[in-house]
Amino acid sequence: MFRNVAELVEMAESQNKKISDIMIEQEMGVTNRSREEVLGQMDKNLTVMEEAVERGLKGVSSHSGLTGGDAVLLQKYIEKGNFLSGEIILDAVSKAVATNEVNAAMGTICATPTAGSAGVVPGTLFAVKRVLNPTREQMVKFLFTSGAFGFVVANNASISGAAGGCQAEVGSASGMAAAAIVEMAGGTPSQCAEAMAITLKNMLGLVCDPVAGLVEVPCVKRNAMGASNAMIAADMALAGIKSRIPCDEVIDAMFKIGQRMPSALRETAEGGLAATPTGRMLEAKIFGIAPANRD
Amino acid sequence: MKYKSVFDIIGPVMIGPSSSHTAGAARIGRVARSLFGREPKWARISFYESFAKTYKGHGTDVAIVGGLLDFDTFDERIIEALNIAKEKGISVTFIEESANAEHPNTARITIGDDQGEMELVGISIGGGKIEITELNGFHLRLSGHHPAILVVHDDRHGAIAAVSNILSGHEINIGHMEVSRKEKGKMALMTIEVDQNISEEILEEIRRLPNITQVARVVD
Repeated sequence: MFRNVAELVEMAESQNKKISDIMIEQEMGVTNRSREEVLGQMDKNLTVMEEAVERGLKGVSSHSGLTGGDAVLLQKYIEKGNFLSGEIILDAVSKAVATNEVNAAMGTICATPTAGSAGVVPGTLFAVKRVLNPTREQMVKFLFTSGAFGFVVANNASISGAAGGCQAEVGSASGMAAAAIVEMAGGTPSQCAEAMAITLKNMLGLVCDPVAGLVEVPCVKRNAMGASNAMIAADMALAGIKSRIPCDEVIDAMFKIGQRMPSALRETAEGGLAATPTGRMLEAKIFGIAPANRD
Repeated sequence: MKYKSVFDIIGPVMIGPSSSHTAGAARIGRVARSLFGREPKWARISFYESFAKTYKGHGTDVAIVGGLLDFDTFDERIIEALNIAKEKGISVTFIEESANAEHPNTARITIGDDQGEMELVGISIGGGKIEITELNGFHLRLSGHHPAILVVHDDRHGAIAAVSNILSGHEINIGHMEVSRKEKGKMALMTIEVDQNISEEILEEIRRLPNITQVARVVD
């Protein structure tokens, strides 16, 4: 069983395997199941992700009315063709947003690694699918590669916003996605780790400050930026750029930053954007109108 | 290692919006229901720290009651759980505690009916993963991800060996086991996580052992 990214990369490279293979084999061993069963369960999760994106791209709205419809706006903008950044990046962003808009509307999603950060991994997967033309099995394996890196973060640091801030949620999700993009694009296991490190370094310190305690503002747009961050870091790693700080040390830094983060910035809706005048006004409006429905 | 499966990371499939505050809460509620063994008539639910501050926004209240109604994380009836509980005549009270807790996402659930009551503390540690940390005053660690049995027994020598002998006789493998007691020589609790589901016959066999007071099963 691998305990950190260095061991994971070492196992993959010494056995001439991909990160996803190492994760699949470990899962088979831990749960005593066949390869078909393990891949089958992940295939079902992939289907849930596809359905969530599809639903979000048709347009949804949350009960609070704070989020919804942005995925549709972005798709229409892409169709017009005069975008500035890049079509695949914007596609990833719109599909990440779509997933989180469905999540905010209490729809069905697959947590990757959490619900609040559920957009990044599928958003990037379905966008790079358009250029890399993967088979269904390669798409399933993308999720195992993401899962392998998330597994290390969850066990050595945290994937909980209440424990480590948004860096632990969207930060982790973005790093996981970046690593999986690299593998799908034909990069090496160590390039996967570089991509994860580069991504997470740029998410360090990100606080969890949801307005009214809802997984909406700023969560949906943080997934958008998390997806774009993952795409850029993957390209950087594939270009041969390395992180000066090794991936495991970045994960450890993230953990320690989370421990030093005040409780007001860890999913309590007491600080950051939640405590802005507009954040407070929205909170009062949402719970002031019909608190009886909730109590 | 707290997380053992890749599906703790890529998963669960769930109703939004929060894996820790919605899916995790539903799982805590469902473990409570499973340990109680029947639908409760009333529930008193205390939220601490992040749970206390944000439960309305995250639907933690809805989800935990959904769990008490035996709904899984992806069951869309969770959204209507408070209304469903009301229709069934289950009285539910929520308490926002101001005290600090061991973990920022902590819930204490007391449920009961005319035959008895039960108190349980659950924490939601991220990504939908939960642990049960307290049951009727006993400290324990129960992930809720594997079938498990809880055995209340007198703190006497041989009690633990007798239970594990029965399991081994049925070729049941123990994945994790711990024992806790309130006081030496008094009442104690065995928490045993196993790889296979345990049949009613095996539970009955354990109940017939000397020094065993109560046996409950938590099915995966």
